[in-house]
Amino acid sequence: MTAVVLPRKLSVRSDRRRTLLTPEGIALPIVLASRGTRLGALLIDLLIMFVSLLVTTLILAYGGIRLWGDTKGGEPGAVQFLIIAWLVVVWLTRYAYFLVFELGPRGATPGKRITGIRIAARNGGRLTAEMVLARNLLRDIELFLPLQLLISARGIEGTDYAGLTAGLWFLIFALFPFFNRDRLRAGDLIAGTWVVEAPKRKLEAALSTSGPALRGTSSTTGVSYRFTDAELAIYGEYELQTLERVLREGRPEAMAAVHEAICRKLGWNPGAGDERAFLEAYYTQLRARLESGMRMGRRKADKNTPGTG
Amino acid sequence: MALFGLFSGKASASDAAVEAAALRSDRFRQEREADWTRLDTIVTRLEAGRTRRLSDADVLALPVLYRTVASSLSVARETSLDAATLAYLEGLVQRAWFQVYGPRVTLWGWLRRFFGGEWSRSVRGLWPELIAALALMVAGAVVGWLLVAGDQDWYFSLVPGGFLDVRVPGASREVLRGTLFDGAKQDGLTVFAAYLFSHNAGIAILCFALGFAFGVPPLLLLIQNTATLGAMLWLFHGQGLTYEFVGWLSIHGTTELLAILLAGAAGLHVGRSMAFPGKRSLIEAAAEAGQRAAVVMAGVVLMLVCAGLLEGLGRQLIEATPARYAIGYGMLTFWLFYFFAFRRDPQGSESE
Repeated sequence: MTAVVLPRKLSVRSDRRRTLLTPEGIALPIVLASRGTRLGALLIDLLIMFVSLLVTTLILAYGGIRLWGDTKGGEPGAVQFLIIAWLVVVWLTRYAYFLVFELGPRGATPGKRITGIRIAARNGGRLTAEMVLARNLLRDIELFLPLQLLISARGIEGTDYAGLTAGLWFLIFALFPFFNRDRLRAGDLIAGTWVVEAPKRKLEAALSTSGPALRGTSSTTGVSYRFTDAELAIYGEYELQTLERVLREGRPEAMAAVHEAICRKLGWNPGAGDERAFLEAYYTQLRARLESGMRMGRRKADKNTPGTG
Repeated sequence: MALFGLFSGKASASDAAVEAAALRSDRFRQEREADWTRLDTIVTRLEAGRTRRLSDADVLALPVLYRTVASSLSVARETSLDAATLAYLEGLVQRAWFQVYGPRVTLWGWLRRFFGGEWSRSVRGLWPELIAALALMVAGAVVGWLLVAGDQDWYFSLVPGGFLDVRVPGASREVLRGTLFDGAKQDGLTVFAAYLFSHNAGIAILCFALGFAFGVPPLLLLIQNTATLGAMLWLFHGQGLTYEFVGWLSIHGTTELLAILLAGAAGLHVGRSMAFPGKRSLIEAAAEAGQRAAVVMAGVVLMLVCAGLLEGLGRQLIEATPARYAIGYGMLTFWLFYFFAFRRDPQGSESE
C-alpha cells in the first residue's frame, strides 16, 4: 500500500499516551490532556465564575440600594447582612466551584466537560475526595493569590516590586506543566492526580459481518473474491488497521488508491467500480488469517515482518 | 438508545450469516454485545448525573458488568484485530472504571468520615511538624517581644496598622484598655467577622500551599504572625494590661492560632516529604503528604470559621475577662481533646 496516510490514532502525539493499570490488573491506554485544552477549560471556568459573581453582585447591590432607600440609611443591619452574603458567595465561588464539580460523577468542571477532559488518580486506584481537595487548595496559590496580589499592587503607587513578585510567582506555577513529562501542575503533583482526555466512543458496526464481506461476493458484479494464503500473507496487522480505517471513512479516492495498491501487489489487474466489495472481502479474509495466527501465538505486525507460513 | 437501534438492525440483517461463518472474533463480539451496551447505558446515565433513573439492579450490576467487560477487553486484545471494537472496549472500560473508582462518597458521608476520625487521625499524623511549628510560633512571639523591648521602632514594622490605630508605643493605659473592651460600639462588627474569616482562611491556605516550596515559606509566615503578637503583648504588658490583653486575644486566638499552627504544620509536612521522600519516589511522597495535609486543611478552614465567629461576635458581646478566658481555653481543651484523645478509626473508608 503506497498511498497510505498515517492512521488518525497516531496523530495524537505519542508522548501524551500513558498506560494506566486498574486494580484488576487491566492495562488501559489513556491520553493526557494537552496544555492548551486545559488552559481553555480553565478560561471557560473562570468566565463562568466571573459571570455568576457579576450577576450575584448586581442582584445584591440592587437589593442593598432598595433597602438603603427604604430605611433612609437608618437600619444598617439588613445592608450588613447583604454584604456578608456577598462575602460568603465570593468565598464559595473561589473555593467550592472546582471542588464540587470535580467531586461529581464526571470528575470535571463545566469547562473541562466542554473541552472533553477530566481528572483521574495517577495510581490507577480510586479518585478520593482528599485528592480533589488537595489539588484545588493548591489552585488557590497558583492562580487566585498572585492575581489578587497583582490587582492590589496596581492600586497602590510605586509598588512595581510587589507587582513583579506576583507576576513571577504566577509564571512559576503557570509554567510548571511544561517542566514535567506528565504535564502536572503543582496541584496535581501534590494531590496525586492528572488530567486525561475523557473517553467517549461509539461502538461501530463490524465490517466483517456484512454479507459481501463474509462470502467474498460482490453485490454489484456478483464476482466472488477468494484469496489464497500466499496472497494474504503479504500484509500484517498495521496494514489491516489502515484498511479498516479506509473502509470506515469510505472516501472513494482513498479506497481506489488502496485497491490499486493491493491489486498491484497481488499481480491482479485492477479494475474499477467494485473497490468496496474487493476491499471488504480482502479485509475479512486477511483478518481471519491474522487472527487464527494470533490464536497460535504467531503475530505479524506489518508487511515487513517475516512471513509466518 | 441509538446504539441499540444501530446494532439490532445490523445484527438481524446478518444474523444468519454470522451464525454460519463469521470470524471467531465477530462471534465473540456478538455474544457479548448486550453486556457492553448495558454497561454503556448505565455509565452514560451515571455520567449525566441521572442516578435516580437507574434501577437498583443496574446499580448492583455495575461492578459486575465492569469486570465482565474488562475481561472481554483482555480476551479481545489477544484474539481480535477489529480496531474499532478494541477502541470502543478500551473507552468503555475506562469510563466504567471512572465510575466504579470515582469519589462515590456523598457530601454527608464524607463529612461523617471526616469528623468521625479522619481529621483527627490526619492531624496526629503530622506530629513532628506540629512540634516544630509550635516551637517556631513561640520563638516568633519571643523574638517580637525582645525586638520591640530593645527598640520601639520595631513595633511599627512588626504590627501592621493604619494611621488611625491608637495601639502604638506611648499610648496611655485608658486608650489601650479601650481597644480591648469597646467592642459593642464598633461599627459593622459582623462584616468584620466575615471579612476576617475569609482573610484568615486565605492566610492559612497560603501557609499550607507554600509548603510546596520545600517548607521554607510556612516557617517564615509562622514566625512573622507570632512576632506581631509578641510585639503587641509587650505594648500591653507595659501598661499592666497583660491579663486583659490575653483574655481579649484568647477568646478566639486559641482556635485561630491553633488553626494557623495546623496549617503551617501541614505546609511543613508537604515540604518535608518532598525534601526527604525516603524510599518512595518524590512524586509518590508528595501525593501522600498532600492528601493528608488537605484533610487537615479542610478542618483548618472550619476552625477559622469558628474563630471568625468568636472574634466578630463573641469578643464584642462578652466583655468580662474571666468569661473570655473560659471560652478561649474551653475551646482549646476541646480541640486538643478531639485531636489527640479521640482515636476512632474513620467509618466507611474509601480505600478498597
